Amino acid sequence: MIGSHDVLLNVENLTMMYGARVGCEEVSFDLWPGEVLGIVGESGSGKSTLLRCISGQVAPTHGAINYKTRANGVRDLFTGMSEPERRFLMRTDWAFVHQNPRDGLRMSVSAGANIGERLMAVGQRHYGNIRATAQDWLGKVEIADERLDDLPSTFSGGMQQRLQIARNLVTSPRLVFMDEPTGGLDVSVQAKLLDLLRGLVQDLGLSVVIVTHDLAVARLLSHRLMVMQQGRVVESGLTDQVLDDPQHPYTQLLVSSILQA
Amino acid sequence: MTQIQSEYNFAYLDEQTKRMIRRAILKAVAIPGYQVPFAGREMPMPYGWGTGGVQVTAAVLAPQDILKVIDQGSDDTTNAVSIRQFFAKTANVVTTEKTTEATIIQTRHRIPETPLNEDQILVYQVPIPEPLRFLEPREVETRKMHALEEYGLMHVKLYEDISRHGHIATTYAYPAKVDGRYVMDPSPIPKFDNPKMNMCPALQLFGAGREKRIYAIPPYTQVTSLDFEDYPFEIQKWEENCALCGAEDTFLDEVILDDQGNRMFVCSDSDYCNDRQAQGHRGEANREDEMEAAQ
Repeated sequence: MIGSHDVLLNVENLTMMYGARVGCEEVSFDLWPGEVLGIVGESGSGKSTLLRCISGQVAPTHGAINYKTRANGVRDLFTGMSEPERRFLMRTDWAFVHQNPRDGLRMSVSAGANIGERLMAVGQRHYGNIRATAQDWLGKVEIADERLDDLPSTFSGGMQQRLQIARNLVTSPRLVFMDEPTGGLDVSVQAKLLDLLRGLVQDLGLSVVIVTHDLAVARLLSHRLMVMQQGRVVESGLTDQVLDDPQHPYTQLLVSSILQA
Repeated sequence: MTQIQSEYNFAYLDEQTKRMIRRAILKAVAIPGYQVPFAGREMPMPYGWGTGGVQVTAAVLAPQDILKVIDQGSDDTTNAVSIRQFFAKTANVVTTEKTTEATIIQTRHRIPETPLNEDQILVYQVPIPEPLRFLEPREVETRKMHALEEYGLMHVKLYEDISRHGHIATTYAYPAKVDGRYVMDPSPIPKFDNPKMNMCPALQLFGAGREKRIYAIPPYTQVTSLDFEDYPFEIQKWEENCALCGAEDTFLDEVILDDQGNRMFVCSDSDYCNDRQAQGHRGEANREDEMEAAQ
């Protein structure tokens, strides 16, 4: 089933420099359809820089990011695509879930408008249909029907995060980027959100790149894991393998730092 | 008419400035609906009083032009009177209150009810030229959205209107697409006037002084108001007719008569209303007067 012709996202020797300082360096990996890749590491290890590059938000200093588009074959994100094409991809085929839902939501318009925005951006102009789809998605992320016309600011943190996920998945993207999606939520809400995410990923066959510093989240969601330190990938492999039998000293430190309940 | 005062150049602005503004206007006409930046000057009036419109008018004004200025459809409000006097004084041009006589009409809130013709220029005073402003405050981002024709956000606003009010509740500055390309904010005109911009024979120029932007709709250009398939664009309707001239199809202002709840509706376009009365049309308020006079 897995062959190189199936690779959805291929990253090669990606380096991002902030002046003389290193953001991330010489990162390479492949992501297959339906696969969840976790990126773990401490603060400042280059996780978020890597995510911003591969999600098309900033151009890397050098390196290639090849994406298998629906219609036009494999294209490099920055050298093989124009800005309008990239932006179109970002709001249709891709999704980005921010750590803070306020970064990903439009706080001044209702939940329905938030979910409907992507639909209107791709040209839907029928209010009734847009609203019905929004209602449907609200149900999928377990938010009560009657909250459709409420502002996100009246939602709890966990609900806002679920709304952000609904807003992102409404155009049926194939690739989802998540930056610490459970950060800032309390443990029981985290568990519920993780459950929901796992269900959605499985049902929709999504490919996911998830950045987290929480190894429990990584173990629960991801199939494969990359461990980053000081901008470099120090270890990668199947999640269970990396967490149960860490080889690199930094990974060993990371795994041994988990509090045992 | 006062003598032209020698310390001012014709129409207040110096010739270099007028050239710069005309260049911006030409570009605006060439790309209908596109907001052209221009080096807006300080004018002898505060921002918000029509500094953008005044600069555009000054740049297109010629000595033989006949100028009309309206504010809220009326010729005799403070803003209209002072701008009319300004040009009478600095350009010595003939001014008028008649829509049909004017060659240049500067306006704030209305498009005259009388259809315009090919020999006329309509100059709008625009407070906020950016239709996307309230949903996307970053100017860099909105310019990119215009460039890439990403206008989905405009419909988010209309969606929000319907979900909150049950209908599209935006009544003024209603977004419209010009020539199938750029979405523009037609200044604070009521949406009642939006259809008048479509295929209008007159040239329409928009000047925003504080924001230093000029945009235009060339004559006979398609202007489409945005809407949803199941909530089509509609203009305001009134149950009443004009109390003075009896007109049924004009934009009406509500006038409060006393503190007993009495009110009347009159045409907002005072020139149009006066014309109709001169032709013998009578509304409710006038008929009562005449009956009283006859008794």
